[in-house]
Amino acid sequence: MSQDNALTLSGLKKNFGRAEIIRGVDLDIREGERHVIIGPNGAGKSTLFNLISGRMEVSAGEIRLFGKPIHNMSPHKVNRMGLSRSFQVTNLFQNMTTMQNLRCALLWGMGHKYAFWKLVNKQKEVTERAEQLMEQLNLTHRRNVPAGLLTYAEQRALEIGTTLGSGARVLLLDEPTAGMSRSESDEVVELIRQVTKDCTLVMVEHDLGVVFNLADRISVLVYGEIIATDAPENVRSNKAVQEAYLGTEVH
Amino acid sequence: MSTIQQEASARANAVGNVWVRRGWPWLACLIIALLAPMVFSSGHDIHMLSSMAIMMVFALSYNMLLGNTGLLSFGHAVYFGFGAYIAMHAVRWSNDAVLDGTGYGIPIELIPLVGGLAGLFFGILFGSFSTKKAGVVFAMISLGIVGLVEASSLAFTGFFGGEAGLFGDREDLNSLLGIAYGRSLTVYYLMVFWLVVCALLMYLLKQTPLGWMANAVRDNPERAQFVGYSTTMVRFLQFSLSAFFAGVAGGMFVLVEEIVTDEAIGFLLSGEVLLAAYIGGIGFFFGPIVGAALVVYLESNLSAVTDAWLLYFGVLFIAVVMFAPMGIVGILFQQWANFRAGGWKGTLPARLYCAVATLVGLLGFVCIVELAYHYLRSWDPGRPMTLLVTTVDATTATPWLVSAAILALGLGLLIFHARPMLKRAVDAAGGGK
Repeated sequence: MSQDNALTLSGLKKNFGRAEIIRGVDLDIREGERHVIIGPNGAGKSTLFNLISGRMEVSAGEIRLFGKPIHNMSPHKVNRMGLSRSFQVTNLFQNMTTMQNLRCALLWGMGHKYAFWKLVNKQKEVTERAEQLMEQLNLTHRRNVPAGLLTYAEQRALEIGTTLGSGARVLLLDEPTAGMSRSESDEVVELIRQVTKDCTLVMVEHDLGVVFNLADRISVLVYGEIIATDAPENVRSNKAVQEAYLGTEVH
Repeated sequence: MSTIQQEASARANAVGNVWVRRGWPWLACLIIALLAPMVFSSGHDIHMLSSMAIMMVFALSYNMLLGNTGLLSFGHAVYFGFGAYIAMHAVRWSNDAVLDGTGYGIPIELIPLVGGLAGLFFGILFGSFSTKKAGVVFAMISLGIVGLVEASSLAFTGFFGGEAGLFGDREDLNSLLGIAYGRSLTVYYLMVFWLVVCALLMYLLKQTPLGWMANAVRDNPERAQFVGYSTTMVRFLQFSLSAFFAGVAGGMFVLVEEIVTDEAIGFLLSGEVLLAAYIGGIGFFFGPIVGAALVVYLESNLSAVTDAWLLYFGVLFIAVVMFAPMGIVGILFQQWANFRAGGWKGTLPARLYCAVATLVGLLGFVCIVELAYHYLRSWDPGRPMTLLVTTVDATTATPWLVSAAILALGLGLLIFHARPMLKRAVDAAGGGK
């Protein structure tokens, strides 16, 4: 595994009025690793994602993507620099079909930008790449179904596909298995494992089975601070973590 | 027919189908446009047809905002108007050049393009700050801009010509094709040409990356950002291009009317184009085309028949918004799909019954409105008035009572008998609508 950092957070803080939600986070995400962030409800995991993806402005500190600062940039610029995210609540183009969603996700990354002098349907590479993605996501048979009519598990898969589609090298996945049955969640984890081989993956996840199964390293976020970052087995045996988090939920 | 033959013809159909499905509305519209002057051949009618073509381009350009990008503008006439005024200045400048013999001027066929470029310029100017946000903010800014421009049109009389407006003469222009455009029929065919060009371009625009992302930004701006698109930029480009086509419509307007006044740039026309697009159906490409034709037709003919035409217009709009938010084309499309799916089987009598009851109710409503207009607005309410086939006295109770009875009959049948009957028939036929 390469030791270069894909994502570096240093001294990161976020407060809403007087409430400090993120209280000085330092974290290095190595290139190519699968990094899972865990922590109790209200620890600030989603806020952290919102800061990294440009959805919120940071109060202090900085975020670097492959060495370049990205904090306080608008989301579309962060995306163009190679970072993409999914959402906890499914966030798709509901009226568009599976195929159309994937194509929309692909357009910018494949250099079509705001073009109004060429037709989407004539862009062979876009169509081919979309077909390929659809195959990976097992959604080929749902090609022309509007996203809003897909099953929940299919929507989550499409959400991951859309996140992948923009050609980002760093993916943030916010609870990709939330609200799923065991078998559905196993399928999604398998899917994530397959499709993110060449990417750096940062994930928020509640399901500890999934976490220990998938993660290269785990960070534990409690009340806006990271109390441990380590390999899964070390985190499991970490006293502070057990007290703060694991002990209360795992027997 | 044997199965093999059937399969072969089915396959041939499938290949031809895409083109037939996509192409037939275009072909139908084109044929109607080319043949219409033979049916509607009076001077007044030809003028109306030209106005329809202009309104269609304008309404289609409006739908680039409302239908495709989700931007509700109350001031789209600004771009139509600037297109018209600058095209008019181009016409006047060319008139001078032609009459003095000092130059060629701008040929008449290209005047709409001048309007389009003017629209584009002002679209870029005003769009640069008004498209930062969508929703209420955008709507309010559009309202502010149209107010500002309408007020300026009376202040800057040099450019806008004051209350009298500006005149130009299409006959003193050169033509690329050597055609004399004195007759309104010749101009009409020029309008059809520009309509077809603009409609095709706007149709294709919907299929480009920008067109797709306009829909994406309309449906889910956040997700659009997270796939790399600046929502502001998408709205701005879409807005500017829409202003271009509005400007083309303005340039077409100048050639038909040969005069432009502040009516071409104000609130009223901005509202009218919204109505036209919405009544036709903003979710369908052909919606604004149908809506524009209807609105222009009503404006041009209904006003000659009744003083209450504006009221009917308002009622029509309210009815569409309340009962058919998909617009006329939406309803036709829905019913057609329903019909093809067999949803009409066994329910046809009930459907006809509903339609007849509705018509009876409308008849009663129209009679009451006409009576009221006569009674309240005529200098002598007792003067006999013609109502449908009879002559009545609006100061007596009888015509009022009869009208009210017709209205009550129609509505009553519809609500208490026809609709329940339709519902039962649909349920019996097994679902559908």
